[in-house]
This record gives sequence, structure tokens and C-alpha cells, in this order.
Amino acid sequence: MAEHRFDKPGSIRTPLAQAKGLGASGSGTDHFWHHRISAVSNALLVIPFIITVAALAGRSYEDAVAIVSQPLVAILLALFVVSITYHMRLGMQIVIEDYIHGKGAKIAAVIANTFFAIVIAASCLFAILKISFSPLF
Amino acid sequence: MAQADARNPKVQRPLSPHLQIYRWTWTMAMSIFHRITGVTLYFGTVLLAYWLVAMASGAEGYANAEWFFGSWLGYLILFGYTWMLMHHMLGGLRHFIWDFGRGFETHERFALAKATLAGSVILTFLIWIVVLIVR
Repeated sequence: MAEHRFDKPGSIRTPLAQAKGLGASGSGTDHFWHHRISAVSNALLVIPFIITVAALAGRSYEDAVAIVSQPLVAILLALFVVSITYHMRLGMQIVIEDYIHGKGAKIAAVIANTFFAIVIAASCLFAILKISFSPLF
Repeated sequence: MAQADARNPKVQRPLSPHLQIYRWTWTMAMSIFHRITGVTLYFGTVLLAYWLVAMASGAEGYANAEWFFGSWLGYLILFGYTWMLMHHMLGGLRHFIWDFGRGFETHERFALAKATLAGSVILTFLIWIVVLIVR
């Protein structure tokens, strides 16, 4: 589809830009594509996440730690955290770009969005690792 | 809703029609729901982080988190969160169908929008019924 545009006479795109095909943003369709890939992993990983939360409901602290520190549970939880925080950062950036029009405010919001996603991811991952690696008994 | 020009308050420029002028449709409502649930899930990850960090911090911290999530307010939040998660997930699956170029006919779009809402409510109740029976 995009190729047709480059054939038009008077295009100011350089041959290199045409060959790269990354558009004005310089990142092509990465945002859209990564959003969709992480949506796929979210949809898969949410299943073990719900099962884990359901399995932990009403359990004692010792039981909860024993369940979360199972390697399979911990790995799936960690992957879920990475997947959702990546996906939500991309999603919130779309919302920010839709509603915040001032350049400075937009850049600040996009940066704050990235920080928030990383803080959530780091906190969750640290907690999962600490639970997994701390011998209780 | 004419708005004054920011630089010249006397100039009344016409604005393109916004949400309040349109008749509500299923597809429009589910599109808005998708965004609202996405933003709510975004901030709701604070609760996920709190829960995991509380568990990592020891028995006392976990007991506090258990008390909060076990309260009526905690149940209400978790129930709402479950529904938003299911709704956003099904909305995402709807987008996948569209990504493959299918489901764009009028009756298909409306059926998909209704299925998103119905499916999210059904899945939410199924999850909670199973969890409450098992525990």
C-alpha cells in the first residue's frame, strides 16, 4: 500500500527513508504491532493469573508463599506482569496522545506513563523473586 | 457548544460535533467501555503490586492485604476489576477479528459489541462462582 505513495512524482522522501519505510515517527508500525503482540500474551497469561489468584483466595500466609514460590507459578506470574505492564504503557500512551495536546504536557505525561509502568513492573517482579527465593521453613 | 478562540475570545469558531450530539450505539458504547476499562486496569495494577509486595514483606503485611481484599470494599473492587479485565480482554479479541479484516458488516459489528458485554458479565460471574465454591 505504502509503495504506491513513493511512486508518486514530487515525493520529498529520500530513497533511504523510502527503503526503511518507517514513516514520520521513525518507528513505523511498532507501537501498534507491539500492542497486539502483548495483547496476545496478556490473553494467554491471564488464565494462569486468575487460577493463581483463585487458588490463593482465603489461604494462610504460609500456603500463599508456598504456592507463589512454585517455579511454574512464579514464572507465569512474572511473565504476566511483564506482558501487562508493557501493554498498558502502550495503551496509555495512545490515550495521552488523544487527549493531551500541549507539547510539554504531552511529553511529561508520556514520560510519567513509562515511569509508572516500570515502577509497577519492578515492584511486582522484585516481590515475586523475593517470595520465590526466601526459604520460609 | 461554540467555544471562544483562546487568543481572541470574541471570535466564535464552530467546532466539529462531539460525543454528546450522537445517538448512542452499541459499538460506540463498547468502544468507550474498552478505553475506560483499559485505563482503570492500568491504575488497578497498583493493587496487584501492593498484594505481591505485601506477600513479600512478611506475614504481617500479607495479613493487612488479606484484611483489605477480604473486606466488602475489597470484594467490590475485585469483582469490578474481574469484570473490567474480562471486558477489556473480550474487547481485545474483537479487535483481533477486525485486524484480520472480518466482522465489519453492520450486523456483525453490533453482534460483536453485544457479545463483548454479555460475555464479560457471564465470564465474571463464572469466575466468581467457581472461586467462591472452591475456597
